[in-house]
Amino acid sequence: MGRNLFDTVWDLHKVRTLESGQDQLFIGLHMIHEVTSPQAFQMIEERGLKVLHPERTFATVDHIVPTANQERPFQDRLAEEMMQAIENNTKKHGIEFFGLNTDRQGIVHIIGPELGLTQPGLTIACGDSHTSTHGAFGAIGFGIGTSQIRDVLATQCLAISRPRVRKINVTGTLKKGVYAKDIILKIIAELGVNGGIGYAYEYAGETIRGLSMEERMTICNMSIEGGARVGYVSPDETTIEYIKGRAYAPDGEEFERAAAFWRSIASGPDAEYDDIFELDANTLEPMVTWGITPGQAVGVSGRLPRVAELPDEHKEIADKAYAHMGFSEGQSMQGQTIDIAFLGSCTNGRISDLREAAEFLKGKKVSDSVKAFVVPGSKQVARQAEAEGLPQIFTEAGFGWRGAGCSMCLAMNPDKLQGRQICASSSNRNFVGRQGSPTGRTLLMSPVMVAAAAVAGEVVDVRDQI
Amino acid sequence: MPEIHIKVSSVEGKAVPIHGNDIDTDQIIPARFMKCVTFDGLGEYAFYDVRHDEQGNLKGHPFDEERYANASIMIVNSNFGCGSSREHAPQALARCGIRGIIGESYAEIFAGNCTSMGIPAVTLSQDEIKQLVASVEKDPGMTVKIDLAGGVVVAGSQRYHFEIPEAYKQSLVDGSWDSTAVLLENLDAVKETVASLPYLNGFQRAG
Repeated sequence: MGRNLFDTVWDLHKVRTLESGQDQLFIGLHMIHEVTSPQAFQMIEERGLKVLHPERTFATVDHIVPTANQERPFQDRLAEEMMQAIENNTKKHGIEFFGLNTDRQGIVHIIGPELGLTQPGLTIACGDSHTSTHGAFGAIGFGIGTSQIRDVLATQCLAISRPRVRKINVTGTLKKGVYAKDIILKIIAELGVNGGIGYAYEYAGETIRGLSMEERMTICNMSIEGGARVGYVSPDETTIEYIKGRAYAPDGEEFERAAAFWRSIASGPDAEYDDIFELDANTLEPMVTWGITPGQAVGVSGRLPRVAELPDEHKEIADKAYAHMGFSEGQSMQGQTIDIAFLGSCTNGRISDLREAAEFLKGKKVSDSVKAFVVPGSKQVARQAEAEGLPQIFTEAGFGWRGAGCSMCLAMNPDKLQGRQICASSSNRNFVGRQGSPTGRTLLMSPVMVAAAAVAGEVVDVRDQI
Repeated sequence: MPEIHIKVSSVEGKAVPIHGNDIDTDQIIPARFMKCVTFDGLGEYAFYDVRHDEQGNLKGHPFDEERYANASIMIVNSNFGCGSSREHAPQALARCGIRGIIGESYAEIFAGNCTSMGIPAVTLSQDEIKQLVASVEKDPGMTVKIDLAGGVVVAGSQRYHFEIPEAYKQSLVDGSWDSTAVLLENLDAVKETVASLPYLNGFQRAG
């Protein structure tokens, strides 16, 4: 009684307390990708070490893959070199690799759940800060650096300090046109981009219970934008139903035993927390970022803050944001023109995101002044979308339909902003330079808001149009 | 198997202040420079887009100022290193000669990455950082020392008591910051954990 899921799962995986005071934590699932892993393989090889649990390690490629032409060798020599490195490393160490020649490739945080690798009660590590996504299943997902990838490869463990746990209780009903993305953007705006440092966030309450798994993933995904390395939702029947029948999920009687275990680890109604934050979903509206951190967001009907009225600690970054974005204090984001519309990423590149956007786009046309494209989060998402006729809707509306990958979320592939272009983006970070141009500008918003902005050529309130 | 047990009890050198809150790892090392399979060449790309204009000309960044040349201590503000988990960020800084960081606060993954590389990232209050930066700007040649064992930052005649998570301090001071060796010591205990985890045992030990 009184235990939250985080403490239960942590204790299950705690091997021992180290002399430093940190815990040695066993990692149930290690996912790797091409950008942050090659140096880690080099490090273990230099020390003559092997991968301890290759059967608990899975690899894919997502960050660097081109989305327009995926033929090998890639035209980008460096990207091709990274591709070969992960192919060689996974082959050499006996790690299953979902490469471009398989139908399971995609963004690491999208394929884990869709393959049934991501399950409640696991500890999951990956060299990518958005590993918090997997917490949507009641797992503890950590983003780690390359030295820690080395640790997990060699020992299947991390040396890590136990964070505190903050419950974020969301109640009320989302209005039409308001989505999971708006919930998490609002939480970050309220608690700050550093408010979650030292915390794991548990998202709970009736609103969260009513969300699909894909919506929960969107919320957990952006925990790190609020400073929290871990974000999770306790598993329930929605979780169990999602996992059933997936490629790596248990089946038959084992599935029933698994489901019983998953139910047993959920935070109880009397679970204790270090902190609780309440959010009323009834009052939420579509959110749009206006600045250079994900915390600089406003409701679409609101006005941009006046620097003089902000708390002291937010003034300097607000000044920087206005200087970079070229916006004015007190202006509305509605009517702000855009140049690019990007639909995709580990935040909002899943099938439900594509369905919502396609539904909105039926019979509409992208503005002549906007270049718009969709990058499905995985090959499975792409295949499902094809089965439902979505690519046709997107292309008829004027969106480009691409291959799966991270694409313009971080612009490590050829998809980049040019100069000062403004992008309406369903991704997760609006940092200066994030989308490939040092002077480029990013407006984060929900997928349907991206679709609506693409059609109007400017930011609009999607609630007026659906 | 070579083991690394280098004790980091103090670091010292000239300091360079980097102004601004919420400096993310995309700024420290833009993603396009992460197309590499080793960390070796990253030094020249640290803060690239903040240091260079679009024609590649230097814009005037502390890393390029003569007065801060060869600095090994970096002074930063709050939430430094937020965003992407990329260890490429501290790896690039280390390749510019940075051996220690003093700041108001750090993003969690960044602080962990620094520690795994043997780089102490210690915390002072906002006022103390202001004072320290003012001293360094006045006398850029001054030696700033992070005395980890003693728990103080020493700059000229000034001494500031810093904070750092005890586990980080301990692992740096006793040389166990290269955690692979520490974690490898107890593989038998790992086997016990494996044997007790429901999902590795057909969920036979439910609950």
